[in-house]
Amino acid sequence: MARISTATITVTGIITDMFQYEFMTNAFAAAGIAAVVSGLVGFFLVMRGQTFAGHALSHIGFAGATGASLIGLAPLWGLVGFTLAAGITMGALSERISNRDVAIGIVLALALGFGLLFLHYYTSFATQATALLFGNVLAVDHGMIGTLAALALVTLAGLAAIMRPLIFASLQPELAEAKGVPLRFVSTAFLAIVALAVSECAQIVGVLLVFTLMVGPPAAAQRIAGGLWSGLALAAGLALAEAWLGLTAAFYTDWPVSFCIAVLSAAGYFAALAVSRR
Amino acid sequence: MTVIELDHATIGIGGRDVLADASFSIQAGEFIGVLGPNGAGKTTLMRAILGLLAPRAGSVRVFGKTPECGDPAIGYLPQVRTVLPDLRLCGLDFIASSVRGERWGPPRVSRADRAMIDDTLALVGARELAGRPLSAMSGGERQRLLLAQALIGEPKLLLLDEPLISLDARHQEVAIDVVRKACRARGITVLFSAHELNQLLGTLDRVLYLGNGQAVLGTVDEVITAPVLSRLYGADIEVVRTHGHIFVMSRGREIEHGAHQHGHDHGHGHHH
Repeated sequence: MARISTATITVTGIITDMFQYEFMTNAFAAAGIAAVVSGLVGFFLVMRGQTFAGHALSHIGFAGATGASLIGLAPLWGLVGFTLAAGITMGALSERISNRDVAIGIVLALALGFGLLFLHYYTSFATQATALLFGNVLAVDHGMIGTLAALALVTLAGLAAIMRPLIFASLQPELAEAKGVPLRFVSTAFLAIVALAVSECAQIVGVLLVFTLMVGPPAAAQRIAGGLWSGLALAAGLALAEAWLGLTAAFYTDWPVSFCIAVLSAAGYFAALAVSRR
Repeated sequence: MTVIELDHATIGIGGRDVLADASFSIQAGEFIGVLGPNGAGKTTLMRAILGLLAPRAGSVRVFGKTPECGDPAIGYLPQVRTVLPDLRLCGLDFIASSVRGERWGPPRVSRADRAMIDDTLALVGARELAGRPLSAMSGGERQRLLLAQALIGEPKLLLLDEPLISLDARHQEVAIDVVRKACRARGITVLFSAHELNQLLGTLDRVLYLGNGQAVLGTVDEVITAPVLSRLYGADIEVVRTHGHIFVMSRGREIEHGAHQHGHDHGHGHHH
């Protein structure tokens, strides 16, 4: 009895400790929103084998964010604008280019290069680079939470609208085409949705670590869950758990939040791998 | 009733005419074996029938009209099947994704859809695949799942592109048998492309043999002859008949063996 109540007090203590700071409450809200969106959108990204395209979009977003800072706009809008444009271009060029590793890799490196150039001229904030690359969730304010929530709604509404043909086209493109699914449109719309999700996710863990929430949890979920809905729920749940646990761990260890989330994401994936192999 | 009619149709992909000036018509309820060497246009013809490819000249008519993508009266098993090896998604959810999968919005599987999927799986003897993850299925099991999928929704025309690839001998027989029964019971017209004629001999009504840009439709006796096949292969072909088997030979070697890319096929041609 005594031990249980001690444990309860400790957990409550942790929570009250953390949430007496407004920046922690904000960070939990922002990370929660981004994690759920990342988990759900990432589920389809992993299913379609387009994770590399998602990674490239985030790097292109880096150029967008630094470019926006340079001309005095909020980095988020540069991120959204550039990733959206890139996502739609990738989809429109061909449904296959999004799977071409070399082309994507070269564009990705070019985008990072441009990001560096923009930073070079935007010398007043050296910390800006670190925040964009590795995330800065502890600096999120109320306004940003509102923006993230609105973006999340748009992203998830878009995903819900194309979900049925998206699944069909991902699992059996040849049959889906014969049944009248407009493959190129679906693929383009999906990459636009990924672009929005990447922008959200990059606000939390940074452009270099979007895999931690967009790929780790969904990939783990697909190793475990046998159903579509159970897989989606598990992907979102894992992403949320990893984001929040990462924040909690960071609060107590004073390690960077993105590092903690990255460790949890990798641990989650390899645990799922081990479980499914058995 | 005529289900498929090609009238002087020229069908091509890229810069190449795969079929040139082809004319034939297929009647309702016929089981047509589609044969011919690799690249002869079996898949291309099916894509034209599906409405994915318009003829360059002449006309292709299906159910009396120009075909359009997404006709629910056509069941299709594509030859190229995307394989997602790591997916633990179960067979039922995989098939369910194709049921009205072209509609917008989130996926929904009604109780009636579920019952329909169950019945069709039972028909091809694949009921146990409903709950099994794709990643745990053999190539043959996936194939049966896809065959069941093609039969869902009571199609009037079935286009099966190489449905026997990656099935072992026993399951090849089962697959042919299932298609034959479904075809006879529901009066479905079937185009069944294959590399091996002998397995289909007892089942097919007519043969559609493609080669050299041409298409010849007729009974086995009319089509599988030295003059017709020599024309289609552009080479001297001999046809040897023994014990109810037919061997198509070129320079003393059986022509289909070694010409195709079956993953494995143990009982190839040894049974009928």
